[in-house]
Amino acid sequence: MSAIPVATPPLLHGPGFWKRALGHRSFVIGAVLSLLLALTALLSLLWTPYSPYEVVMAAKMLPPDSHHWLGTDPYGRDVASLILVGARASIAVGVIAVSIGLLIGTAFGLLAAARRGWVEEAIMRVADFGFAFPAILSAIMLTAVFGAGMVNAIIAIGIYNIPTFARITRASANAVWSREFVLAARACGKGPLSITMEHVLPNIASVLIVQATIRFAIAILAEAALSYLGLGTQPPQPSWGRMLSEAQTLLFQAPLLAVFPGAAIALAVLGLNLLGDGLRDIFDPRLARKR
Amino acid sequence: MPLLEVSNLHVRLHTHRGPAYAVRDVSFTLERGETLGLVGESGCGKSITVMALMGLLPESAQVTGSIRFDGQELTAKSDPQMCEIRGNRIGMIFQEPMTALNPVHSIGRQVAEPLRLHRGLSASAARKEAISLLDRVGIPQAARRIDAYPHQFSGGQRQRVTIAMALACGPDLLIADEPTTALDVTIQQQILELISDLVAERGMALMLISHDLGVIAQNVARMLVMYGGSVVESGPTEAVFAHRMHPYTLGLFAARPGLLSQKGRKLATIAGSVPELVDLPAGCPFAGRCRFTIPECHVTVPPPHQVEPGHHVRCIRLEAVAAEKAAPTPTLPREGREEEAA
Repeated sequence: MSAIPVATPPLLHGPGFWKRALGHRSFVIGAVLSLLLALTALLSLLWTPYSPYEVVMAAKMLPPDSHHWLGTDPYGRDVASLILVGARASIAVGVIAVSIGLLIGTAFGLLAAARRGWVEEAIMRVADFGFAFPAILSAIMLTAVFGAGMVNAIIAIGIYNIPTFARITRASANAVWSREFVLAARACGKGPLSITMEHVLPNIASVLIVQATIRFAIAILAEAALSYLGLGTQPPQPSWGRMLSEAQTLLFQAPLLAVFPGAAIALAVLGLNLLGDGLRDIFDPRLARKR
Repeated sequence: MPLLEVSNLHVRLHTHRGPAYAVRDVSFTLERGETLGLVGESGCGKSITVMALMGLLPESAQVTGSIRFDGQELTAKSDPQMCEIRGNRIGMIFQEPMTALNPVHSIGRQVAEPLRLHRGLSASAARKEAISLLDRVGIPQAARRIDAYPHQFSGGQRQRVTIAMALACGPDLLIADEPTTALDVTIQQQILELISDLVAERGMALMLISHDLGVIAQNVARMLVMYGGSVVESGPTEAVFAHRMHPYTLGLFAARPGLLSQKGRKLATIAGSVPELVDLPAGCPFAGRCRFTIPECHVTVPPPHQVEPGHHVRCIRLEAVAAEKAAPTPTLPREGREEEAA
């Protein structure tokens, strides 16, 4: 989940970027937590303490001990293994949903900025329409229509990301279009497409990277919420959101069953948000000049 | 056939306050290899005129009249057709070298871009050509610095890079829009010399926009003085400098600081302020600020009047101006001319 080498904004050149990055506390904490999330998911592909699908009724609802580090759930499944494997669902949702929003939303935003006039108006009014629905509500609506399941949840969250990226792209791209080097490029005979690809996109890449990180966190939350509501990841596939909803009924008997997946979600979201904030500060040329 | 022939060019811009007549009835011709200066204060229509030539005005702008470049009518061309001319046949240098280069690309790539676009050169051939261009415009160690980024160059060097970009395809016409305004005086001189050398060396025509009369005097053979969107005086630079006749041109010259002027003396100013292009009054655009105004000045825009071969002035009060110029003592009761206690 390393979002850094995607593009080459001006401040990625030279040693300045890493120097600033390593000196930025929330970037470092966010990067470590995000890396931890990625490593957790990777590790689960290779190794888990127990199978997350293995139901052992004799070992149900055990408290944490040396065998089951985080205890077991009402079906006797190892909670640590469930958390490890659950990270995969969160990452899959985050990566795919953000990619859908990023690719389609950015394309529309760039088109709006390059064409202006009625094209821009039409795209932005449709985006406004998409904005009018709360995220979870539209996701519930989509999964209700197309059925519950992880794929539909991902698509629903991805579609919700499209207008966000379209708006941010268009606003940043308009600012780049009014810069003098774009005029100079036009005076060199470049058309709107090549100006968009070579001048606009690289200059707004940092904004998009930051937004993608933050949207990633929101997508993880949305997946957890949908799974909690039973509309996202379906059993037996482990998911942090579903672990929470299953722990809810046992909150007084085994509160730790809710604490662990809750903490996992909180740490992942916190890490990604800090990473996004840190990247924004590092990319911001005003801060860069001050340091 | 002249390289560039602009006749009766009008530009109407749409602003939130209504239509603005930014360029009114501008006509001029430019031969191959000739140099032409456009002088006037901010907002007089200089830049809009060249943007109209380049087809770079916003789509809402209405351009009427004719712009013939090398026999082709530019006003009739579509944007993709103009893309083939821009950067290829007409090169342009901008005012702000600090912002005219894209910070995310190396300068080599930016200089090579027009070569690849218009000449279809391969990446390596374009790179070779870019090195020799950068070398020609005076970037030291061009071969080594070609991969450097704009922020690693000084303002003067960046302007050299933008000149290299504009010259890449060997244009027939170079338009320089205040190319030295953002640079300090010593660099200014070097850049102007570079432009003059390149223009002479390549036989390009040059259109130089400036508000600096000194820059115009040194670099162009012919000049247009613009005010309120129209050309108020035009002619060979020497003739205009020696026998300037339009009251606005006179005011512009009087407002120059001089080496010999007395210390502590205020610079002469032209009373009033530039008219808003949105609600430009009928008649001569300068009438509201002119000392020689008579009621007839407010009726129609004066036609160009030839005062000597090639030297035209749009003014109906030339006799009065000439009479005052001939008066023995030039104690003009002009605003700002009074003695001033420093």
